[in-house]
Amino acid sequence: MSVAESHESVLRFEHVSVSFDGEPALLDVSFDARAGHSHVILGAAGSGKTVLLKTAMGLVKPQDGKVYVFGQDITTMNERALFAIRSKIGMLFQESALFDSLNIEENVAYPLLNQKSIDFPRSQVLPRVKQALEFVELGNTLGKFPNELSGGMRRRAAIARAVVTEPPLQMYDSPTAGLDPITAHTIMALLIKERDVSKATTLMVTHRYQDGNLMANFRYNSDQGRLEPAREGVREPDQTTFMVMKEGRLIFEGDQDELEASHDPYITKFYKQRT
Amino acid sequence: MVASGSGDRYSLLDFVKEPVLAAQEFFQLSGRALKNIFRRPHYGDDIILQMDAIGVGSVPIVILIGFFSGAVMALQMSRALAQYGQIGRTGQIVSLTLIRELGPVLTAIMVAGRNSTGIASELGSMKVTEQIDAMRALGTDPVQKLVTPRLIATAVMLPLLTIIADFVGMFGGFIIARFLLGLLSSQYWNSVWRDLDWYLDITQGLVKPFVFAFVVSLVGCYFGLRTTGGTQGVGRSTTQAMVVATVLIFVIDLLFTQIFIGTGGA
Repeated sequence: MSVAESHESVLRFEHVSVSFDGEPALLDVSFDARAGHSHVILGAAGSGKTVLLKTAMGLVKPQDGKVYVFGQDITTMNERALFAIRSKIGMLFQESALFDSLNIEENVAYPLLNQKSIDFPRSQVLPRVKQALEFVELGNTLGKFPNELSGGMRRRAAIARAVVTEPPLQMYDSPTAGLDPITAHTIMALLIKERDVSKATTLMVTHRYQDGNLMANFRYNSDQGRLEPAREGVREPDQTTFMVMKEGRLIFEGDQDELEASHDPYITKFYKQRT
Repeated sequence: MVASGSGDRYSLLDFVKEPVLAAQEFFQLSGRALKNIFRRPHYGDDIILQMDAIGVGSVPIVILIGFFSGAVMALQMSRALAQYGQIGRTGQIVSLTLIRELGPVLTAIMVAGRNSTGIASELGSMKVTEQIDAMRALGTDPVQKLVTPRLIATAVMLPLLTIIADFVGMFGGFIIARFLLGLLSSQYWNSVWRDLDWYLDITQGLVKPFVFAFVVSLVGCYFGLRTTGGTQGVGRSTTQAMVVATVLIFVIDLLFTQIFIGTGGA
């Protein structure tokens, strides 16, 4: 039975609190992300969304609480032990975080060559990199450097790097931030395609409700090669969970209907963006 | 005024806490960088690349600084020596001053200006654009990949650059001694070598740049990796790296000079 089918817990936060120089960034956050599910994390700037993702990767150590990734408590692990866990997580950083000094081919090949626990055959690296770049429609950019690409292309190259190892947990930090609506839609289509092809557990941080709406209501049709409404317009509410962050606290967790039924003024601001 | 007194104590503690914490973080980073020299993986390509950037790239400026400092020393010292009829010892004064002090200190300051700042801005930019986080996320220890190669490269190249600066400085002194002071070539070069002491001069002249290399590379890396606050933060880190590296070079120079004089019997 695959991870996606088992619905076991992939990522679990238990009363996690994080602060920087005494300023709280996460306050008593608890949730459970199950295999194959999508989580859309909404919140204003500075609400703790990025810190939440970095804590899930072990890049930030919490002061209180426990974080379990694939059943293992990562809060007590040292940096070297965390590398094995991180090799199962694909992360798209907010600013893409491609390495300036490496070209696109080297950037995308980086996780295949540097993650010890993956042990990918060297002869297969280039074909796999090409495959990942073609997936994000950047097959002709192998020799280019990040500063030669547009913002949207950099974001797509970063997606290719995040998913090149086919990790079972994928996290995207504001994938459409700062992009025009057309490029933002292209990026979202790629993320949905990746989610549906790999059946990975997905956490997406965003402040745009439209992105969450696409994630919840569309799926990738591999036969026709395009997005289509999930079940011809009928939503699968149990597959996508919406979470809302405010000032470091998780103030809402539920499906899209529950979110839209909320009368909390902070929450309503997000779904009213749709119109 | 109990409240005011306790308030003062609190602010004093806060005032002391920050530099103590910074020193602790600096020594932790230094310890990890040194430990990584003996741990796999080794990034040989990065070491060669950094040797080229730090060492070969600094040769022109080190030659210029060495030449003019040697020439100026010869000019200044010849005036003082002339009063005692000892102008023939100009070469000796130039070589001692260069090998013991000016060569190591000026070269280290030049390399700090060029490379501590360069390292701080490069690593700082990587920090604020989340490339350091990405590196950690993708299975690489940033200290092993970024700090240790820069430390090794600087520790190898700075003593070599200092040797170049010393020799070029002596040549600068020779140009002044031969063409302005009218000394014979043999007279100048004999006085350059005659009184050099293996321990007090040569060892001191090589140990100092080796120690300065740790300061130049690690201070740059430390300020780069703790950068916060976007591009403004990168600028701040770069300035701090230069100031701290320069001050530490002078402090360590004084300390090592005293150690060598104390143990050398001069």
